[in-house]
Amino acid sequence: MMNNSKKIALTGGAAAAEALKQINPDVMPVYPITPQTPIVETFAKFVADGEAATEMIEVESEHSAMSAAVGASAAGARTMTASSSQGILLMAEILPIAFGTRLPILMLVSARAISAPINIHGDHQDVMFVRDSGWIQIFSENAQEVYDNTFIALRLAEKVRLPAMVIMDGFQTSHSVENLEILENSVVKNFVGEYQSKNNLLDFENPKSFGPVSLPNSYFEFKRAQIEAMKEAETEYKNICHEYGKISGRNYDYFESYKLDDAEKAIVVAGSTAGTAKMAVDELREQGEKVGLLKIKLFRPFPYDKIAEALKNVKNIAVFDRTVSFGSKPPIYSEVVECLYMIRDTKYIIQPYIYGLGGREIFKEDIKKIFQENWDGKETKYIGLK
Amino acid sequence: MNKELTKHLAPGHSTCAGCGIPAIVRTVLDATDDLVVVVSVTGCLEVTSTLYPYSAWKVPFIHSAFENGGATAAGIDGALKALRKRNKIPAEKKIKVVVFAGDGGTYDIGLQSLSGALERGHDFLYVCYDNEAYMNTGGQRSGATPFGADTETTPAGKKSFGKKEKRKDLMSIVIAHHIKYAAQANVAYLPDLAKKAKKALELEGPRFLLVLQPCTNLWKYATSEYVRIGKLATETNFWPLYEYENGVYKINWATEKPKPIEEFLKTQGRFKHLFRPGGEKVIAEMQKEVDEDWKRLVNLVEV
Ligand SMILES: Cc1ncc(C[n+]2csc(CCOP(=O)(O)OP(=O)(O)O)c2C)c(N)n1
Ligand code: SF4
Ligand SMILES: [Mg+2]
Repeated sequence: MMNNSKKIALTGGAAAAEALKQINPDVMPVYPITPQTPIVETFAKFVADGEAATEMIEVESEHSAMSAAVGASAAGARTMTASSSQGILLMAEILPIAFGTRLPILMLVSARAISAPINIHGDHQDVMFVRDSGWIQIFSENAQEVYDNTFIALRLAEKVRLPAMVIMDGFQTSHSVENLEILENSVVKNFVGEYQSKNNLLDFENPKSFGPVSLPNSYFEFKRAQIEAMKEAETEYKNICHEYGKISGRNYDYFESYKLDDAEKAIVVAGSTAGTAKMAVDELREQGEKVGLLKIKLFRPFPYDKIAEALKNVKNIAVFDRTVSFGSKPPIYSEVVECLYMIRDTKYIIQPYIYGLGGREIFKEDIKKIFQENWDGKETKYIGLK
Repeated sequence: MNKELTKHLAPGHSTCAGCGIPAIVRTVLDATDDLVVVVSVTGCLEVTSTLYPYSAWKVPFIHSAFENGGATAAGIDGALKALRKRNKIPAEKKIKVVVFAGDGGTYDIGLQSLSGALERGHDFLYVCYDNEAYMNTGGQRSGATPFGADTETTPAGKKSFGKKEKRKDLMSIVIAHHIKYAAQANVAYLPDLAKKAKKALELEGPRFLLVLQPCTNLWKYATSEYVRIGKLATETNFWPLYEYENGVYKINWATEKPKPIEEFLKTQGRFKHLFRPGGEKVIAEMQKEVDEDWKRLVNLVEV
């Protein structure tokens, strides 16, 4: 099967569109925002050329994009959308509704800074802003991962009936051309299957009411059940990655461990910067330094136990966040602290770093320098700040 | 209760005694024999009909938020089109998408969503039940609240006569989207509403009904008076019954001698303050507005 896959060069946005074309979703409500546009424009062309039969709805706002997605998904349609930044924030009200209604909507995100001041460049503030919305969140390092994660996320979403975001870095990934391997259509078709919704709004024989009012005597139980669904997503993610490995030859895990086994110092990072950081790790390793990296992939649900296990022998950890949690510590850092708190008998130094806000570049040399810094874990430090 | 009458919405809802919303819903849905999917938005109808674990709906129903009736319907319409295209819904299976939303969810917070759905030409009927305020949150003013009305956020007081602004002309806004059919109706005239609903439901594309729903709670009157007050709204030309079909306006009820607006105002607690000294100016202003609006409408019919 693998022999029939082909290598092509695409931007991350076009890779996402390619995956969408192969999935051929039923409905896609969309609204333009930079840097999501390459995904939607590429896909719209596929539809215009008859390569996908998707019903595109060019809505008048992202709030309506997500609302229409909820309507379409409830009606049993395989539904997807794509967005960034202000668009995601405008959807914010409807994201937990998609989740609470248990709708497996898939959203491709080209992650971008949020206003004010307005900035169209990449960082993770938009997706981190909605990290508690109940959506599965999967980060991608490059175009290949965007492509692969799209299938994995779709299968996962539909399996556990939860919405999912596939996240790529705005511009760095969405607009950069990279080589990637594309699966054969029939292989994808087979992997994603036909969508069969469990509770369908269009079931006229057994009509259901979606979106009821719930009082204090039932609301808490709804939330508790939703917590369980997220837990199930963690287990299923691994199974689906395993299955995907078999058809693609690319084996994914909750996260990627890179030269971690004997590492004395390690960086934890999500997204495209992981690629740069790996190069830094390689060069430092050549100089005999025991450094490594953990790349976050599945961010929601957060695989605490697994990350704790992977990091347990590393005493010095620097966590790179491409976002800010104002008045608080950055989010990935906080999660890593929580992971290592579970291992109570060891003292770790965990250093928070913030980098790359609003598209600020980060280079291999910056990361090498960070590895050589003394980490005391006391104050949040900033990379590349003028 | 009559089984036929309650085949879409069961009696087990909890709207206030004397509320016209169930009659609006039943009359509209009864106007088609096709399958219906109901969309609603946050407001009186939704909270009184879907209290978990119960639901008064005997047809598929979805509520997702307050301001997205148009977009939710658009998504369902998109799903229907997509699923038909892929032969997952047989062509002969006729399905209507009907939205019921309050005035707040339509004139104000949901206007953009409605506008987008109208402009894109989705196949749905949107029914706004207009009780002239945000009732689910306790009776605050909306863009539909009439000039001079006392509400929780435009209270009448020593220096205030209630709402200072005229309500927006939603019908004109909707019609400006070049849709095929839009009509203004009144729950006190159910046969007229039934006729309009039937016409609307038989057409394709976006259709719109604006239905006056005298709210006992906000308007403040005895529940037994509800039909009479609804009728007075039309008999005073405060709420004319008319329709717009393919570019042509038609008035459905008119009288040689409309009643003065006071007749309508004096029946309700929300206008009580206008009958104290100083209120006559406000009433005169309202009369002037009603007359002007009526003239404008008559002109549209004649053109
Ligand atoms: C985004 C948002 N803002 C505010 C509310 C609070 N809210 C719920 S219903 C409602 C008023 C509804 O008024 P209307 O649409 O006229 O319907 P009615 O209650 O009168 O039936 C408001 C303000 C909400 N649910 N969502
Ligand atoms: S508040 Fe008014 S509109 Fe709402 S249920 Fe009561 S009477 Fe009906
Ligand atoms: Mg209202």
